[in-house]
Amino acid sequence: MIGTPVRSGEARSFTFDQFRVRLRVVLGIILVFACGLVIRAVDLQVLDDGFLEGQGEARSTRVAKLSANRGSLLDRNGEPLAVSTPVDTVWVNPKEVAKAHASDQIPRLAEALNRDPQWVARRITGNLDREFVYLVRHMRPQDAAQVKALGIPGIYLLREYRRYYPAGEVTGHVLGFTSVDDVGQEGLELAYDQWLGGQAGAKRVIQDRYGRTVEDIESIRSPRPGQDLVTSIDLRIQYLAYRELKAAIQQHNAKAGSVVVLDVTTGEVLAMVNQPAYNPNDRDQYTAPRYRNRAATDIFEPGSSIKPFVVAAAFAGGKYHADTVIDTTPIRVGIKTITDEHPLGLIPLTTVVAKSSNVGMTKIALSLKPESMWGMLDSFGFGKVTGSGFPGESAGLLNHYSHWRPISQATMSYGYGLSVTPLQLAHAYAVLGGEGISRPVTMRRVEGAVAGERVIEESVARELLKVMEGVVSQDGTGNRAALIGYRVAGKTGTAKKATPGGYSEDAYFGVFGGVVPASNPRLAAIVVIDEPRGKQYYGGDVAAPVFSNVMAGALRLLGVPPDGLDTVPATTLVRALSAE
Amino acid sequence: MNALARIAVPILWALVFVSCIGVIWSKHQSRSLFVELQNLESSRDQLDIEWGQLKLEQSAWATHGRVEQMARTDLQMVIPRPTEVRLVQP
Repeated sequence: MIGTPVRSGEARSFTFDQFRVRLRVVLGIILVFACGLVIRAVDLQVLDDGFLEGQGEARSTRVAKLSANRGSLLDRNGEPLAVSTPVDTVWVNPKEVAKAHASDQIPRLAEALNRDPQWVARRITGNLDREFVYLVRHMRPQDAAQVKALGIPGIYLLREYRRYYPAGEVTGHVLGFTSVDDVGQEGLELAYDQWLGGQAGAKRVIQDRYGRTVEDIESIRSPRPGQDLVTSIDLRIQYLAYRELKAAIQQHNAKAGSVVVLDVTTGEVLAMVNQPAYNPNDRDQYTAPRYRNRAATDIFEPGSSIKPFVVAAAFAGGKYHADTVIDTTPIRVGIKTITDEHPLGLIPLTTVVAKSSNVGMTKIALSLKPESMWGMLDSFGFGKVTGSGFPGESAGLLNHYSHWRPISQATMSYGYGLSVTPLQLAHAYAVLGGEGISRPVTMRRVEGAVAGERVIEESVARELLKVMEGVVSQDGTGNRAALIGYRVAGKTGTAKKATPGGYSEDAYFGVFGGVVPASNPRLAAIVVIDEPRGKQYYGGDVAAPVFSNVMAGALRLLGVPPDGLDTVPATTLVRALSAE
Repeated sequence: MNALARIAVPILWALVFVSCIGVIWSKHQSRSLFVELQNLESSRDQLDIEWGQLKLEQSAWATHGRVEQMARTDLQMVIPRPTEVRLVQP
């Protein structure tokens, strides 16, 4: 026993033997426990490594994406034109479904997804080696919540955004659309994709097994949210233009058409519509002809609607004035004889434009140096993109004057031999309306005054506008573009369409371009009707009425005071009561 | 030295305990504030989404085509002819 007094020698050997046994027993027990620990360690590390791995994953750090919302597109008055709405995408982790043996729940899942059960089963069983497979993209959040509520393991929801366009067809061409991944593909959605889309951020987080964020560790990059874009489009005028163009296309059984309305004082595009059109909310039936924004991408030979700009070159040279008399007897240029439909004889320049005499224009053009005529057309923006930023905009075709022969200069004076887009032509008319100042075309709303660049003298522009008012008078070809209460300055155009064998005899472009009110122009508009197949095809018959209807509504909406009160019946004029 | 140790060591132990409690308390604070932050962020996102949906709904109801249709058919409205309009000169 320990503690009792011992006699040396004999007691020590007795204790040591007892101790040795006890020692060995204790050591043995410790060894057993140690072995147990080692075995457990081996078990955990080697045999059943899933447990530790699972714990590690549960505590792992992840990089989480902070999505940036896409900005909205608004019209100039703040009306929403394109808005992103949240939708849920259902995705599946096939590995997890297999591990949880949940394949028997596929029929219920397919019913909730509203898809064929065979297809769903193939999606899952055909991709067992993958961990992420889309099932249905862009479901409505309510429907997706029902799918989630089924509680099938391996099925998850992903929050995505889908673009919706409240105005539908009316703004389809201008706005374009986005892809399923919310990236702009066409139109303004593409042109301003960076501005609208912003940039996703990222942060490092610790997530638990269910994907819930437990802790933020650090922010790697904070998201730059997408910004709203205020366009220059006025939705009311856009709708009006769309409605009138659609009616005209149907009435004249035309192939296509475009209308562009510009604000003369700022260069903003107030309306840009085309037919045929499409609904960007439902793009299942994609056909290329519907999806082109013809107003900016399609070129055509402008016919007589180019005449004001040739006259501008004539006025700028100083040798011609509105009352200069021109002899319009047919003239031979090269191998071609140029004639008018109705012979007009000796007429002042104003009548040459009002009656659209090709011979008169030829005589004027041939008296100009090719360099100055080309220079004037070039400074009005023909042959160059307008710089509106619209993707796919065409520059048109304007040959350099060094390639001109007399016949090409002659035909160019009445609109053949060069090609323009409706947007370019509208901009050129806006320059005339702006009294000779060219302001850049913009599709974003502009605040304040726009400086611009002088292209022709103010006096030249004024004289030209007076001449163009004659076109819309009773004797002019454009009298159907007249408005009650406002003075209109414009020009009609009827151009034969070019076909492989030469110019067609029965396919035309009917064009009208004008500015209003003529005394102090605010708006410029172009109407192009492609191949009217009804009885009428002249620009003055198919395009001018559209101009009249659209401008009447637009001027009323913008509250522009009338300047042509002599066309208003006298009974409607009332003098305001003087203030007390 | 021994006397100093006898006083100092228990005090140091006490301080250690206090700082332990402090760590636990601040970690708990951090976690509960984080949860609150998550909740606020998610309700902010919800409100943003709801506002976007309301904007869309409003513009869908106010589509020009729809309003024009209702004005012409249900309310029998027409645009006045130029002879029916009075222009007041200021």
